[in-house]
Amino acid sequence: MTEPAPALKTDETVPAPPPADEPGDGPHDVVLRLTDVVKTFPGVRALDGVQLEVRAGEVHCLLGQNGAGKSTLIKTLAGVHHADGGEITWLGQPFAPANPQAAMRAGIATIYQELDLVDDLNVAENAFLGHEDARFGFSRRRAAAQKTREILSRLGHPEIPPRTHVRDLPAAGKQIVSMARALSHDAKLIVMDEPSAVLAHDEVGNLFRIIQGLTAQGIAVIYISHRLEEIREIGDRVTVLKDGRTTAANLPARTTPTRDLVSRMTGRSIEYVFPPRRPATEEKPLLVVEGLSRKGEFADANLTVAPGEIVGIAGLVGSGRSELLETIFGARRADAGTVTLNGKRVTGVGRAVRQGMGMAPEERKSQALLLDEPIYKNMTLASFSGFAKAGFTDASGERKAAEKTADLLELRPRDVTRPVRTLSGGNQQKVVVGRWLLDDTKLLLLDEPTRGVDVGARAELYQVIHDLAARGVGVLLVSSEVPEVLGLADRVLVMREGRIIHEAPAEQIDEAAVLDLVMAGSLTTESILEGEPA
Amino acid sequence: MTTQTAPPEAPTKPERRKLDENTLRNLGLVGVLVLLIVVGIITKPDLYSDPTWVKNNFLTILQQASAIGVVTVGMTFVIIGGGIDLSVGAIVAIAGVWSTTLATQSYGAGGMIFTAIIVGTVVGLVNGVLIAYGKLVSFIATLAMMVAARGLAAQISGKQTQISTNSTINDIASTRPLGIPLLVWILAVVVLLGWVLLNRTTFGRRTVAVGGNPEAARLAGINVKRHTMLLFALSGLCCGIAAIMLTSQATSAQAAMANLYELDAIAAAIIGGTLLSGGRGTIVGALFGVLVFSTITNLFAINNLPTEVQNMVKGGIIVAAVLIQQFRFQSLTKLLKR
Repeated sequence: MTEPAPALKTDETVPAPPPADEPGDGPHDVVLRLTDVVKTFPGVRALDGVQLEVRAGEVHCLLGQNGAGKSTLIKTLAGVHHADGGEITWLGQPFAPANPQAAMRAGIATIYQELDLVDDLNVAENAFLGHEDARFGFSRRRAAAQKTREILSRLGHPEIPPRTHVRDLPAAGKQIVSMARALSHDAKLIVMDEPSAVLAHDEVGNLFRIIQGLTAQGIAVIYISHRLEEIREIGDRVTVLKDGRTTAANLPARTTPTRDLVSRMTGRSIEYVFPPRRPATEEKPLLVVEGLSRKGEFADANLTVAPGEIVGIAGLVGSGRSELLETIFGARRADAGTVTLNGKRVTGVGRAVRQGMGMAPEERKSQALLLDEPIYKNMTLASFSGFAKAGFTDASGERKAAEKTADLLELRPRDVTRPVRTLSGGNQQKVVVGRWLLDDTKLLLLDEPTRGVDVGARAELYQVIHDLAARGVGVLLVSSEVPEVLGLADRVLVMREGRIIHEAPAEQIDEAAVLDLVMAGSLTTESILEGEPA
Repeated sequence: MTTQTAPPEAPTKPERRKLDENTLRNLGLVGVLVLLIVVGIITKPDLYSDPTWVKNNFLTILQQASAIGVVTVGMTFVIIGGGIDLSVGAIVAIAGVWSTTLATQSYGAGGMIFTAIIVGTVVGLVNGVLIAYGKLVSFIATLAMMVAARGLAAQISGKQTQISTNSTINDIASTRPLGIPLLVWILAVVVLLGWVLLNRTTFGRRTVAVGGNPEAARLAGINVKRHTMLLFALSGLCCGIAAIMLTSQATSAQAAMANLYELDAIAAAIIGGTLLSGGRGTIVGALFGVLVFSTITNLFAINNLPTEVQNMVKGGIIVAAVLIQQFRFQSLTKLLKR
């Protein structure tokens, strides 16, 4: 094992500034002002003096690592939490919403990362949930549908029928419904918590058009994202939080150098820092996938992964990449084709795991973790039987092994008896990866390994993935972030509409080429209606 | 795996939060038990002044708790594993009736015990197969089994009470090794085994994983379906044991025996801290839950109060226990979420 500390170096990736057609720093009214806001929980000072100033019609970006206090801050604005100290002024008045309804009535709407829609209600019912238009207790469905239609048109999506069940909409459509709900309350400030996390590349473009439409109507937006390039594209000003404190306020979103933003978030300057690539080893393949197909998801997938090789799959959400990964792992049944690991056929998750395959799925919380269980039990979830003697678990042996892995991954906090729920997103992801480190895994499948992971923890995860490959583990990786695929992988596969359309060594392809392949014939707004299979 | 050695042990707080929660709850239940006994002393001071009566009454409470306690251990496993078993009472009945038919009784005590345990386990297994592989919701599958198994029990017994003529079986309830009824010993052994199974074995670990996050368990290579099936079989096995215990106590079995055991067992598990949504629960808590109920029953019996009032009090206790639990759970999650 090599030194696990990530190589820190500065890497400036400032995209070309977009055309200056934004309203500029005109005489916009300040609608929201936070001064020295403090919020403590038993044992934690989650907010420790936050300053924030939001003007009407601007997109104000909040930047900060996981655990910096962004979530607490927006929940305070949303009336979920109540500030212990400091001052919040909303439209010139002191503001202390007693509950979420009060915040809504005051005109502050929040769109959480995990969308809070009711799947079995239709679009209109969701948009007006909690303040249904009713007469004598009977809901006025036609009126609601009509109003919803108007709102959806305002959002640029008149094609979404108000009577569609939300369950049948793809992620992007659901997000639009969330925004429709915000507008149904006549919101003057919309807080969006990582809205792009669930969206594919072109859908983010739609989202940005909607946001621009909103700000043109004078609505202020607080925008939270881990993706700096988005902040550059959509943001007007940036406020950076670190450890519950504002470390920089009202920086210009487009011109502030990346290095400055990152260093204010982390105290270091890193963004995409990839360890140096090793020469690819020519060996007989570890994983061979031949003609793998699943109806409506992907077709005729052929690929190989050699020991110690990192293969990256680039593609949009809905291109079938996650489904392909899950089928290789045996979590979905293939309609046709074979998966072979070390010459042996793989069918079903149980056999895949026993043969040395491991997977870190896309949805950490719902697919990988037992949130209330301690770290070490989560790490040994795939291997506790191996520790056990005659069916009796060996908790102290598991703890020791988990501690070793925790050190290897620089897990923070290192106390492996803590419930996983208390960890940040990046550290939770380390627990999931650590699970397979413990299990002597030969092939690791990673689905969006850095989603919702802050910049600093990302670099560490990249290092971990490289270290694994250096030990001879084959890695098959899926990511929405093209630079990540290019930076990590030795070989890149591009997927579009369920097919692998291109394969190239990573050094022979660049971001523009991948995006070009991925986007050609890309999904248009109609696809929101059709709904991609989940 | 790595050549890196662990740095010096940092001061750790091993699972303190969770430990505290469980210990607190168990202490609370002990408090309730003490309270119930104090009420008994206040209402019946004359009885409580007799040490022999106190000792015998104490053993009576334990004995009353024994059969339902065994069922509750199985139920706790099922609930932690993310399911629910509404058919436990019916399984006890079918196992009891089947093991006391004239034909079975002709095989002697061993045959009767074997029959009860096999019948219970097989019926539980049927539940498990329907739920795990037939993809029925456990509520529905076991609801259907509850009706069907009682029907079958009535069919087999011809709606008659079947007297057990086997003295070995009948003596189980009256034997007192070391002065403690054998039924209480059986309960103690089952609780101990249940505790070990849940907390010290891979089976227990799988149970928590399957109930806490079935998808994560599946993707970690755990055979979720097979485990779910086994959990229901385990519950059926416990019912089979309980059937023998009840048969011994009554020296007979009938289709209506163990009536509403499913409710008592679920209630005991819940007030003992088992999360109805699965993934969390304790055997010790469930045992305390059973003891609280049997102590209430006893309190009402010694005061000659009607069972209607007793049922109302029981209902109130269930609601209060869950309310308290929810309150604590909420404040806990608030604390953790930030």
